[in-house]
Amino acid sequence: MAEIQSYTMNFGPQHPAAHGVLRLVLEMEGEVIQKADPHVGLLHRGTEKLAEHKPYNQSIGYMDRLDYVSMMCNEHGYVMAIEKLLGVTVPVRAQYIRVMFDEITRILNHLLWLGGHGLDIGAMTMFLYCFREREDLMDCYEAVSGTRMHATYYRPGGVYRDLPDTMPKYQYSKFRSDKDVDRLNSIREGSLLDFIEAFTDKFPGCVDEYETLLTDNRIWKQRTVNIAVVSPERAMQLGFTGPMLRGSGVEWDLRKKQPYEVYDQVDFDIPVGSNGDCYDRYLVRIEELRQSNRIIKQCVDWLRENPGPVMFDDYKVAAPSRVDMKGDMESLIHHFKLFTEGYCVPEGEAYAAIEHPKGEFGVYIVSDGANKPYRVKIRAPGFAHISAMSEMVEGHMLADVVAVIGTQDIVFGEVDR
Amino acid sequence: MSAPIETLAAQIDERFGERMMRVPSVCGELTYEIDKHDLVEIATTLRNDGDFGFEMLVDVCGVDYLSYGSDEWTTSSATGTGFSRGVEREPVILDEADEFEPKRFAVVYHLLSVQHNFRLRLRTFTGTNNPPIVNSVVDIWNGANWFEREVFDLFGILFDGHPDLRRILTDYGFIGHPFRKDFPLTGNVEVSYDADKGRVAYKPVSIEPRTLVPRVIRDDNRYSADLKDVSDG
Repeated sequence: MAEIQSYTMNFGPQHPAAHGVLRLVLEMEGEVIQKADPHVGLLHRGTEKLAEHKPYNQSIGYMDRLDYVSMMCNEHGYVMAIEKLLGVTVPVRAQYIRVMFDEITRILNHLLWLGGHGLDIGAMTMFLYCFREREDLMDCYEAVSGTRMHATYYRPGGVYRDLPDTMPKYQYSKFRSDKDVDRLNSIREGSLLDFIEAFTDKFPGCVDEYETLLTDNRIWKQRTVNIAVVSPERAMQLGFTGPMLRGSGVEWDLRKKQPYEVYDQVDFDIPVGSNGDCYDRYLVRIEELRQSNRIIKQCVDWLRENPGPVMFDDYKVAAPSRVDMKGDMESLIHHFKLFTEGYCVPEGEAYAAIEHPKGEFGVYIVSDGANKPYRVKIRAPGFAHISAMSEMVEGHMLADVVAVIGTQDIVFGEVDR
Repeated sequence: MSAPIETLAAQIDERFGERMMRVPSVCGELTYEIDKHDLVEIATTLRNDGDFGFEMLVDVCGVDYLSYGSDEWTTSSATGTGFSRGVEREPVILDEADEFEPKRFAVVYHLLSVQHNFRLRLRTFTGTNNPPIVNSVVDIWNGANWFEREVFDLFGILFDGHPDLRRILTDYGFIGHPFRKDFPLTGNVEVSYDADKGRVAYKPVSIEPRTLVPRVIRDDNRYSADLKDVSDG
């Protein structure tokens, strides 16, 4: 029999299970992994450096492109850091809108994670199911910001505009049967809030469907139970946050522990795992889907009853309305100054962190009083998680690497920045 | 400013005294400047001592203070002719001095205590050394490994005691440290596929750096310290 020797294997960067552009150099002993060395940075765009060369507001769009499956949460971290430096209080309605869209984003993110993770380790159907629901949520993004992904909807001082009264509708075309178009449009007759409410009524049933397929599935459990176990002490030592930390049994959620916006006004629970393996992290994220749905529902109810401004009304920071600009010289000047020069932020430094779907997403801004940030540092949750890749896959089989990449919920937009 | 932070600040003052200098904050955050030689000792205490319990290192961040507070437009006096949109661009000169200004590079650590729900920021300047160097905290918080690699890659700050200090985000064979303020935004080289050689080739950048919006610092008395309650120690 041939003697088995250790050898080095290259995984990625062009590999469908690498979730983008991950290159892993694996040291193998037979099919068992001795050491993994992730090479990241293939998607490094220098977002932080670019932000140093632009007025504050012009970088919001870059934030969408960090973690490109949870766009609005990235914007949220960035605008919160600016607001902290400016000392701006956001109108309550805007805070509810932000919370609602953060949770919509969380569902979007977890659905993509569930679909991708399922596909990677042998559950093809999940992908189709998840993308079906994602489509509806993308439509919410489109209704409110005009784009399905890179919204640039959150602005320092509030959100760009109030929720629309109508939903965009499908047009009859040769690509879709008329019956289908009518069915799709029938739930888009009312306002955006009606549409979201209809979604929240339907969604728990969808999560039940996902669970029927996976939670007690023998193959799913064989691929996830006892894979990549992380103890709570190690998880904290390695800087894990979000579902990765909660899966290990640490009850830590910024929405509860350091509440921002109106998270202290809404009712929800934090799911916590006990074994710290891939299966527990799966269960945590599934429960987060249900909890997010609960939060969205409460926000919809509140937003229906409480109209009001959605933007801070200091024109030194927030743009005046288009209507005012037509007749008011002052507004026109403010608008001109804001869009040519931007606003100056007082000297100082601030770190704002939010509970991003993947963990703690923090933005650290150093300002020297100019209209551009002096230094922006983005603390991406995925960066800390993937740095523990080697530790998590050691001693596992090659096929489990894919399960670990999936369970870490890696997106290279934010890891590489 | 909330009370728990003040309690923590009092504890830190009591324990470390002059060794941790509090920096005023505009938004109720706790920032301390420490000497780079004290870093490991202070960090160890902050992590292991039950009063502090900072078991998590959230972030390590490099900052280059080379052009802090400089602007591209002089706006302090009024003008009869108005301001032009143009910026007089000064050529970027690489700082290749043997010694740096003592406050040129800083490493900023963001700590989090899960048990007490505190956050804390430590800043340490690297001093005049070229290349800049500080001690590594990987042994205290294992999660610092990649964060320190990132700071090394982008700022060229070395970490003494780091097990595996390699570049992380930039390309294989990259030259320079791109987040230093004397590194141009356009970079130094561009890459393209050379059909003759049958491989990708590097050559000097062909694009000119340009400024779309000038950097400007305006005095805004709304943010002046006299009018605002600056909450600090």
